[in-house]
Amino acid sequence: MSLPLNDTAIVGIGQTEFSKNSGRSELQLALEAGKAAIEDAGLSPAEIDGTVTFKLDPNDELDVMHHLGIRELRWSARTPGGGGGASATVQLAAAAVASGAANAVLIYRAFNERSGKRFGQPFGGYAGGPPEQDIHFSFGLDTPAKIYALWYQPYMARYGVTNEDLALYVVTARQHAATNPRAWYYKKPITVADHQNSRWIVEPVLRLLDCCQESDGGVALVVTSAERARDLRQPGVRVLAATQSHVNSSQEMFNYYREDLTVFDELPAISAQLWNQSGLGPKDIDIALLYENFSPIVFMALEGHGFCGKGEAKDFLRDGHIGLKGSLPVNTHGGLLGEGYIHGVNNLIEGVRQLRGTAANQIADAEHVLVSAARSAVILGKL
Amino acid sequence: MRDQDFFWDGVKAGKLLIQKCADCGALRQPPGAMCPHCQSLNTTSQESTGRGTVCAWIISKHPTIPDDNPRIVALIELKEGVRMISNLQGVDHTEIALGMPVEVFYADVNGATLPQFRPAGRA
Repeated sequence: MSLPLNDTAIVGIGQTEFSKNSGRSELQLALEAGKAAIEDAGLSPAEIDGTVTFKLDPNDELDVMHHLGIRELRWSARTPGGGGGASATVQLAAAAVASGAANAVLIYRAFNERSGKRFGQPFGGYAGGPPEQDIHFSFGLDTPAKIYALWYQPYMARYGVTNEDLALYVVTARQHAATNPRAWYYKKPITVADHQNSRWIVEPVLRLLDCCQESDGGVALVVTSAERARDLRQPGVRVLAATQSHVNSSQEMFNYYREDLTVFDELPAISAQLWNQSGLGPKDIDIALLYENFSPIVFMALEGHGFCGKGEAKDFLRDGHIGLKGSLPVNTHGGLLGEGYIHGVNNLIEGVRQLRGTAANQIADAEHVLVSAARSAVILGKL
Repeated sequence: MRDQDFFWDGVKAGKLLIQKCADCGALRQPPGAMCPHCQSLNTTSQESTGRGTVCAWIISKHPTIPDDNPRIVALIELKEGVRMISNLQGVDHTEIALGMPVEVFYADVNGATLPQFRPAGRA
């Protein structure tokens, strides 16, 4: 059996709570989310025959399948890079189903990213003294916030985006989180002044409230064929397009060697693939769920996907387009800095909920949802 | 990190070295084992003039060691056309402008010699 990629669907979702200290193992988080996603789909564990997770996920496929009661895995794959690969999980799962390599694929991502090993801490940790000589780390460029801030600055300088302008996004995301009971920042909206009064994490680019919420938690999804989806428990969510792009001269974190520092080359590249696969364009997208480790990436993503022109994101945000009542609601769940940072896979869950009509901040009549992690993206639609 | 060894050997000798393809002559940064232009494995290096401009900068708090003095981390574009990460010294952060000309010097930082940059012509 082989199918077009867009004859695949997300049929189940599951998650744990998102917290700062889960109090249980990472494997348990993966299993809780995985079990919930399989049950949500109305499948039995024995019907799952594939898994996809991140290169960085601590949970071994064999441990996950054993405990969940999956009998045999015929397909397993892991995404490249870090959060940029969040939406590639769906591409890998859909490709497996479309090719016939697997019938039903469980996507999982689970970690104690706050109470355990924090990504935000310096690489190598503080305990062991200065790390080995390295062309980046030896100069004190030792955390993701510092590494990304240094890259965001040329974009911000070219287009006159100040740190205060970043609040245009952050305040909106926190508004969305404030009415999402699953969000870490539920009932905790902020003002521009709160943003400006939060301390510098990386002066002069990022303040505390520009940073995603490092979290403990697990999320999972189940992907199978659109045909099978019609008979399952939940309204299926069709994978209309699914892509990755990694452009030459790109690095996983150190984006300093691109020809033009102000361009995130992968964004137009994945966009071209998305529009080509789906026959849709930016104006057809009803909701955009955009991966944001730090707030400036949302500006680059809005432009890179073609929702506005180069340098126009600031005005696009100021005009209110990304609010729940705007022309393009963005990060309706609060994003990674409002809901929680489950490495961007929670954005896929929100996309499914919006299309099922079960989101906390439901957008009426949403037909096409973009879930973009900048280096990978999907467009989800109704079955 | 063998592919970077030439750089640190250069620093020890007080030279700022850029990796260079021994066949096609292309400079490459960050360092790597193969020329991305011609796929040659024959590698040499070229000494930089040590002059360049500031492309971006940040203040790095707690650099490597907690409560260590903040350092200014900068992305420098060398005259040779490649970019590298280093630190800025001898300038207050309020005086830094993007595009500002800088020049290399060497300093001891936490017991290790590192190439550092300062505003050009102030030595």
